[in-house]
Amino acid sequence: MVTDPRLSVIARRLSGIKRIVAVTGGKGGIGKSLTSSLLALTLSRMGYRVGLLDLDLSAPSTHVILGIDGVYPKEEKGIIPPEVHGISFMSIIYFTGNEPAPLRGEDITNAMLELLAITQWGSRDFLIVDMPPGIGDASMDVIRWLKRAEFLVMTTASKVALETVKKVIKMLDELNKPIIGVIENMKMRESSSVYDALHEFNVPLLGAIEFDMNLEDSIGDANALVRTTVAARLKEIIVSTPGFNLEH
Amino acid sequence: MHEWALAEAVIETAIEESRKEGLEEISEITVQIGELQQIELEVFHFALDEIAKAHDEDSLLTNAKVRLETERAIFKCRVCGTEWDYRDSCVGEDEGEAIHFAPEVAHVYVRCPSCKSPDFEVIQGRGVLLKAIKGKR
Repeated sequence: MVTDPRLSVIARRLSGIKRIVAVTGGKGGIGKSLTSSLLALTLSRMGYRVGLLDLDLSAPSTHVILGIDGVYPKEEKGIIPPEVHGISFMSIIYFTGNEPAPLRGEDITNAMLELLAITQWGSRDFLIVDMPPGIGDASMDVIRWLKRAEFLVMTTASKVALETVKKVIKMLDELNKPIIGVIENMKMRESSSVYDALHEFNVPLLGAIEFDMNLEDSIGDANALVRTTVAARLKEIIVSTPGFNLEH
Repeated sequence: MHEWALAEAVIETAIEESRKEGLEEISEITVQIGELQQIELEVFHFALDEIAKAHDEDSLLTNAKVRLETERAIFKCRVCGTEWDYRDSCVGEDEGEAIHFAPEVAHVYVRCPSCKSPDFEVIQGRGVLLKAIKGKR
């Protein structure tokens, strides 16, 4: 018998967290990381105790979006993520720096498992998880390990994004995983394509976030980010979504 | 003390496994420690003892002895097939610390000594594994 002990301790590490929201979607570039970051920031500004876990190990970017730099976890019976902008923030970048991390699937699985096994989140209202893209090894691992996760699915109106997002929803459905809903991101024109694509699923379309060509100017500045139209629209959506059940 | 978190995982797993095997008392837990993770053995042993004591509501772990076995970390390059020992890699203190927390980041700091590729396999000695439990049924 040789057993990996880390799996047994994940539930204990997450036990102080009331809700886990995993932000997912089929393709890269549809705004998972930005939405995860803004969601964490918005909930934190609303007074919730929030953690943000970047599990996109091949291309971690939430630290860039939130302008997180020069901080490091504290070692205490595991590692305690530093609190930045009111968010407990955990990412592989603490250990890779700005160097590329050429990790294969098995390495990504191992590294994610390590982070989940050693991170002491303490007591949190929400843990927001920036999921790896697609439905490969990494996503399947996270779905298996984060048993209480509820999924927020991002898409754009592009046929290319929708084709994959339908597969993600089908898979989550098949695994009986709760889906809070779908958000159409970077909306550029009126179209019912997202609504139409979802008609075969019992999953709510929570709303659309219009494309903001000035958003890039606020990347790296948390205070500027919360003032963007994208952040304002995301807040409207989550506040009006029964699945989020926010006290406001 | 990051070792504490891993020790906690070992004890939780030992309890789970002993229940599966119908053990009423654990006499020995053998833990394999891969050198890549650079666990401090004394600290880890201390953490295992303390956590075992704290978990011992039903005397399962009262007489449990912990054996730690270390395993050399060996890499094999996926490009040219070279095998080498982590001890022979030139890794600085900060990089070693990062590898201690997440051994996979070795791929960021270590290169194949022959072809300089970062695409290698850790063929043994990655991290902490529960190797065996002995006990009475």
